[in-house]
Amino acid sequence: MIQYVIRRLLISIPVLLGISVVAFFMVRLVPGDTVTAMLGNSYTPDQAEALRSKYGLDEPLIQQYFLWLGNVLQGDFGYSQFTNTPVLDAILARLPITIELAVLSVLIAIIIAIPLGTIAALRRNSKFDYGASMFGLLGISVPNFWLGTLMILFLSLYAGWFPSGGFVGLSESIIGNLRSMLLPAIALGTAVGAVAMRMTRSSMLEVTNQEYIKMARAKGVSNERLIWRHALKNALIPVVTVIGIQAGYLLGGSVVIEQIFGLPGVGQLALQAITNRDYALLQGTILFIASAFVIVNLIVDVIYGFLNPQIRY
Amino acid sequence: MSDYIMEVKDLKTHFHTKKGIVKAVDGVSFKVKKGEILAIVGESGCGKSVTSQSIMRLVGDKKSEEVTGEVLYHGEDLMKKSRLDMQKVRGKDLSMIFQDPMTSLNPAYTVGTQIAEMPMIHEKKGKKSAWNRAVEMLTKVGIPSPAKRAEQYPHQFSGGMRQRGVIAMSLACDPDLIIADEPTTALDVTIQAQVLDIIRDLRDETGTAIIMVTHDLGVVAELCDRVAVMYAGKIVEQGTIEDIFDRPKHPYTQGLLNSVPRPGSRERLKPIEGQPPNLHDLPNGCRFAERCPFVMDQCIEKEPDLLEAESKGHTVACWLEEEGNNDGDRGNTEGRGTEKVF
Amino acid sequence: MSDLWYQLKKNKIAMSGLFMTIILIILAITAPWIAPYDPYEMAPDARFAEPSLAHFLGTDQFGRDILSRIIYGSRISLQVGIISVGLSFVLGTLIGVVAAYYGKWVDAALSRLTDVMFSFPDILLALVIMAILGPSLTNLMIAVGIVYTPIFARIARGSVLSIKNSLFIEAARSMGVSNLKIMWKHILPNSMAPLIVQVTLSFAFAILAEAALSFLGLGVSPDTPSWGIMLSEGKSWMESAWWIAVFPGIAITLAVFSFNVMGDGLRDALDPRLKNESS
Repeated sequence: MIQYVIRRLLISIPVLLGISVVAFFMVRLVPGDTVTAMLGNSYTPDQAEALRSKYGLDEPLIQQYFLWLGNVLQGDFGYSQFTNTPVLDAILARLPITIELAVLSVLIAIIIAIPLGTIAALRRNSKFDYGASMFGLLGISVPNFWLGTLMILFLSLYAGWFPSGGFVGLSESIIGNLRSMLLPAIALGTAVGAVAMRMTRSSMLEVTNQEYIKMARAKGVSNERLIWRHALKNALIPVVTVIGIQAGYLLGGSVVIEQIFGLPGVGQLALQAITNRDYALLQGTILFIASAFVIVNLIVDVIYGFLNPQIRY
Repeated sequence: MSDYIMEVKDLKTHFHTKKGIVKAVDGVSFKVKKGEILAIVGESGCGKSVTSQSIMRLVGDKKSEEVTGEVLYHGEDLMKKSRLDMQKVRGKDLSMIFQDPMTSLNPAYTVGTQIAEMPMIHEKKGKKSAWNRAVEMLTKVGIPSPAKRAEQYPHQFSGGMRQRGVIAMSLACDPDLIIADEPTTALDVTIQAQVLDIIRDLRDETGTAIIMVTHDLGVVAELCDRVAVMYAGKIVEQGTIEDIFDRPKHPYTQGLLNSVPRPGSRERLKPIEGQPPNLHDLPNGCRFAERCPFVMDQCIEKEPDLLEAESKGHTVACWLEEEGNNDGDRGNTEGRGTEKVF
Repeated sequence: MSDLWYQLKKNKIAMSGLFMTIILIILAITAPWIAPYDPYEMAPDARFAEPSLAHFLGTDQFGRDILSRIIYGSRISLQVGIISVGLSFVLGTLIGVVAAYYGKWVDAALSRLTDVMFSFPDILLALVIMAILGPSLTNLMIAVGIVYTPIFARIARGSVLSIKNSLFIEAARSMGVSNLKIMWKHILPNSMAPLIVQVTLSFAFAILAEAALSFLGLGVSPDTPSWGIMLSEGKSWMESAWWIAVFPGIAITLAVFSFNVMGDGLRDALDPRLKNESS
């Protein structure tokens, strides 16, 4: 198992390096000049020159990349030009919110997806199955930002059950925090839940046709045990993979959802960085989010290995 | 109480499909004595696997599956049992070994866990004692270093070892009857012999009765006490192993036997003409009539019943055996059509 | 092909998806004739009109007719779908086929590149590309096209690999057919099935992506009748005029839904493993 994890880790190193290359050069392609953006309207050419050499911006681009990468590896992501704070601090301050949002969304997705998909598979072609399939299709078709908007409209503005936006920290009030996070998590988790539900259903259908399920029935295993113990563990293997792939969707979706619900997370930070042309901040957030995707997939691989013994040995 | 532990009476399993009713098993009756090995022989698609799964009630739950008849186990009809009661019988009193050991073990759990599950659900054993039973069972079926092997997953076992694991599982609660559905078909020839040895030894040791479903006459000859020959959903001939191998009465049985190359024999093997009938469009008369070299008008009009032949317990369903039709010239099976069943 | 049609015809849900798609296409083509109002025309005295007989779906904060804007919006959505999916299909298939066919370091390099691209969440990647190119409909189509390229590359690579070593390819190669010709005439047509399914599903993604980018204000210009723009404008007036945000959302959902349903149906019809299951 440890060997397997180490192997996965080693494979992700070149990908992480590739991400850093893309994050660095892509942001450098964004039109505009960091230095002039920082100095504002009144500055002398000398001042600009001094700043340029301070940040190594007069060096060749390749060299700048390595300079930046070296700093990043030491935890120095540079300074945000707008807030004039270290990029890393800004990201770290907002990271818990995005993590909470993502975890909550995945939890909601799993709670919906696995029982729904399993029951739909067991009652194949029943009304329940058709209903679940319809939910699955609608869930992947509804734009999350519209779903979020609708929930604000009906559940917050009309019904008044939830705040329509803004964030309450976990340390301030746990209930308040959950109230402020629940709607965004549902908006973000619905699509993931729909995808996972569809996968659970089809995978469960495949597993229940396997010989070892018949064998388990011949052993006198009860129906409940048959489904939740013998079938589900095997059926979950592809579901976990799908949820891992959806992690990218979650991280991207958080950009939109955090904006709608006014949650000060990393996604909102990325959007601010783009609109403000805050290059160092943008490089930092992109690098962070893409690396988070790689790490989530690493975790998914480990869970996958845990579920599927054929991988482990 | 009779000395039969199982009596199957007029078992019918019909599948309702879009193309019509498939009569996979159509009125099968047989008995199994305590401690005996009964073979159910026939080519693939003749309904022998469906028969075994119907006895276990592994088919019959879905709307499209219709199972009728009686399956008396110690005089009690399994068909009338509630689902929950049937669950208690499965695995504990009746257990089953499936054809392909590669797919009949759950890949997500260790072999030991899967064996230990049996005493845990049927005897309410604790984890530890159930595990000890699992290791004991693996020892019984001759798996080396069983304690270590119990902790391994199915994919770490070879095919033969997996089938031993499945056998260990089926034996874990000391059943009265094991139904083995082609237990050696998927294995290499050398492994087949080992697995058959294990099955025979276990029968001798525990006195468990076995229903051996197979298409392999070699397995039958080596292992079984009595034989039922199935063709197109029906039993066409039934008797002791001597009855069937030395005095086969039904032309189909004779055809099957001729397909086994006997050492020293230089006879040429000829295939039987034609195909088995379509199970959702069966003829009115004898189901073998179309391929039978001795076909008579009677055969096409009416189906023959399964009746006792010369010796006691030897039954055959063929009009040739009816009085007046027996011209006594059919002991010689040489040159008759044969069929590849291996 | 007729077999595929037969399979599809049996699938009622897939057929309803196809039907809805055809309606969408008809709407887009006939927009100037069927839209009751000019989608750009502002009517100061008809601002925030509730849905009524005059304006079936109401009007927005400038008095523009929402139904007309939604009808015209189908043009934007379809245009984005066709061009950006076309772009990712051509680019991705090219990358995938080349990677799989040549193997070795070409494959390694292209596959790693695909992995890296995959690591960037689609919306974020599209946002950054839009920041580089600047907001406009053309750039949006380019951005969405780039974002969905890796998935085509991966699928094409996978399906080419699965048939690359099959006997008929070997036979063609042994007869001296050139690499390019083998790829074009033999490998590509045989790996089409999963790609066609992906085209349909990507159409749905592309429509969603356009809406999301426009919603965030980094897509098409604000006066364009795009469903995403309408939604984002409507959000500000939600409390007083719910219809501005609700109807464009329904339009997006229905359009995306019909492509998803069609993709599902196509996959079921093309996947031989699932074919026999329904008997």
